[in-house]
Amino acid sequence: MEDKIEKHTIAVLVDNEPGVLARVIGLFSGRGYNIESLTVAEVNNADHLSRITLVTSGTRMVVEQIKAQLDRLVPVHKVHDLTDEGPSVERELALVKVAGTGDRRIEALRLADIFKAKVVDATLTSFVFELTGTTAEVDDFVGLMAQLGLVEASRTGVVAMSKGAAGF
Amino acid sequence: MPEQKLTGAQIVIKALKDQGVDIIFGYPGGAVLPIYDAIFQQNDIKHILVRHEQAAVHAAEGYARSTGKVGCVLVTSGPGATNAVTGLLDALCDSIPLVCLSGQVPTHLIGNDAFQEADTTGITRPCTKHNYLVKDVNQLARTMHEAFYVARSGRPGPVLIDIPKDVQFADGTYIPPTEVKHKTYRPQVKPEIARVEEAIELIANAKRPIFYTGGGVVNAGPIAAKLLTQFVKLTGFPITSTLMGLGAFPASETQWLGMLGMHGTYEANLAMYNCDVMINIGARFDDRVTGKLSEFAPGSKKIHVDIDPSSINKNVAVDIPIVGDAGAVLEDMIRIWKARQKRADQAALKEWWGQIDGWRARNCLNYNRTEAVIKPQYALERLREALRGKNHYVTTEVGQHQMWAAQFLPFDEPNRWMTSGGLGTMGYGLPAAIGAQLAHPDAIVVDVSGEASFLMNMQEIGTAVQYRAPVKIFILNNKYMGMVRQWQELLHGSRYSNSYSEALPDFVKLAESWGCVGLRATTVAEVDEVIEKMLAVTDRPCIVDIAVDPKENCFPMIPGGKAHNEILFGPEDSPSDATPEDGMVLV
Repeated sequence: MEDKIEKHTIAVLVDNEPGVLARVIGLFSGRGYNIESLTVAEVNNADHLSRITLVTSGTRMVVEQIKAQLDRLVPVHKVHDLTDEGPSVERELALVKVAGTGDRRIEALRLADIFKAKVVDATLTSFVFELTGTTAEVDDFVGLMAQLGLVEASRTGVVAMSKGAAGF
Repeated sequence: MPEQKLTGAQIVIKALKDQGVDIIFGYPGGAVLPIYDAIFQQNDIKHILVRHEQAAVHAAEGYARSTGKVGCVLVTSGPGATNAVTGLLDALCDSIPLVCLSGQVPTHLIGNDAFQEADTTGITRPCTKHNYLVKDVNQLARTMHEAFYVARSGRPGPVLIDIPKDVQFADGTYIPPTEVKHKTYRPQVKPEIARVEEAIELIANAKRPIFYTGGGVVNAGPIAAKLLTQFVKLTGFPITSTLMGLGAFPASETQWLGMLGMHGTYEANLAMYNCDVMINIGARFDDRVTGKLSEFAPGSKKIHVDIDPSSINKNVAVDIPIVGDAGAVLEDMIRIWKARQKRADQAALKEWWGQIDGWRARNCLNYNRTEAVIKPQYALERLREALRGKNHYVTTEVGQHQMWAAQFLPFDEPNRWMTSGGLGTMGYGLPAAIGAQLAHPDAIVVDVSGEASFLMNMQEIGTAVQYRAPVKIFILNNKYMGMVRQWQELLHGSRYSNSYSEALPDFVKLAESWGCVGLRATTVAEVDEVIEKMLAVTDRPCIVDIAVDPKENCFPMIPGGKAHNEILFGPEDSPSDATPEDGMVLV
């Protein structure tokens, strides 16, 4: 068997009912799978459906197991492996707080502009930037801010969608 | 239609009736009193009062496994629910359909650390196929019907419904099962035909084939077992089965090789090791079966039929996966085999059977026949003879006696053999026997037991007496937790740490104290007589204490981490190099 570790982004459509997230997380902890990120929110209010996007890694056999185990959960409607199923877009949103004055403050603002981050809060000594981008872009931005007075960062984790006209 | 209002408790009872439940196993407590009150006021559903909630679940498992129906359990909140957890996980591991109802503190107290409150849905989430907390009485009927559907559909399993006490009192609307359709859960029953066709081609061209079948065939119902038998006979191939699959193919047929795995027969394990085509139907490549994974059937192409897609490629990568119900797949296999006028390669098959007969001649289940002491195998052989031709069911506890029972008791039909395979729960056998006996009042039900396992749920003798369930508890008493002692002997330098059964009761007097029949055999000559007396008791439970050789070990044995061809036959095989270092850590 191929033992290479692969990273996969998986989208799961579930009934938005109590305990459903615990089922998904319990599955990962109970069976020893990795979760690199997980996001969840209701996407269809009328039918009470939530969409979970999770990024996981494992050997091919483990990733296939993860999908089969997710699909086996009773409240799960669909499981899609976006990494396997062709091109997709992945984004995360981050809020990044930076404190400082003088040159450092100006440099932070300039970098934010380059990264197309928005200022969503400003004081005389701090900014909160809002940045949307790929995980790598957010990593880069947070890495730069670390040298310019980073106070804290809050990230949503990846949300993802397949490219093209076809839906979930 | 005018809306008929019922209390939550009445809704529960009505839903149970509409689901065809005739027996429910349970134990009352504060949080389920309204349901017990509703039970008191009706006569359609018989409630069996157990002595401990774990036993309620095992009894329901015995009932379910022996009838093919969904077993039903009722327990109270807090300790009632936590006591049931072992049983629920047992049912999950062995894919037994159950619905367990648990009481919960009233909704306004949930989360307040109320008396007898437990986070039951949280605790049982990994121990059930699915579970529910019903906070709205108007969702109760729907949830009940959904639970039965989920429990019995696809790969069966236990489903728990947690019902707060105020919901049991509240008035709500009942809806019948016909009006409930599950939103998402639609397990694939019919296989992909192209895959089945591929499998048939592989099967027809096999030179050294073997059927390896499991509990999935039993779960697919008696028709699946008949189809399996038909297909195996059509092909002329050898067949072996897991512990859970025993009885799906008749053990009296010549194509039957016996059970495979850690304590399976030499012929079954070597046929698996040397096969070129493996046809797995409803088994899950469990570690007790595969042994060392890298040397599991190394030269074979594998077909895997399973209703649970997550079972496929979990432990062993297979060549042709087929998702579907064992019965449905077998039906297609037979149809395509016949339509394409397939015939196995007779010359190759003859040679293969010649090889297998050579392994059979090793007579791996042979043991040291002696008059000096009762060998456990001898006691089971005599039990086998006594049960031959009689309508009987067998349950077991867990340990050496369980493996000996699997080796020495033949089953020609499915649903006759009930044992805790996946979880390995000591204390399973007695309550499971009670469940099976209540479902089949006229049959002989024997719990093949060990003295240590029996002690784990012996309080259930009280249940058996109360409901006049004449179960036979056949204790192979070696005064040890035999399997623990065997592993300590083989792997831990015979340091028998805490595996001796100290301070045992007098089982005959114990039986008599409950008004049961107690019997004892201490010599070989007494065994037949005691079995005959045991079978003559039909109005109450009977406990039989067979004093067997305390030093006997269960063979053949493939030590943990070893391959199928590295089998130990008996004490003459040196245990010193029995298990490699990396195998030691395996259980």
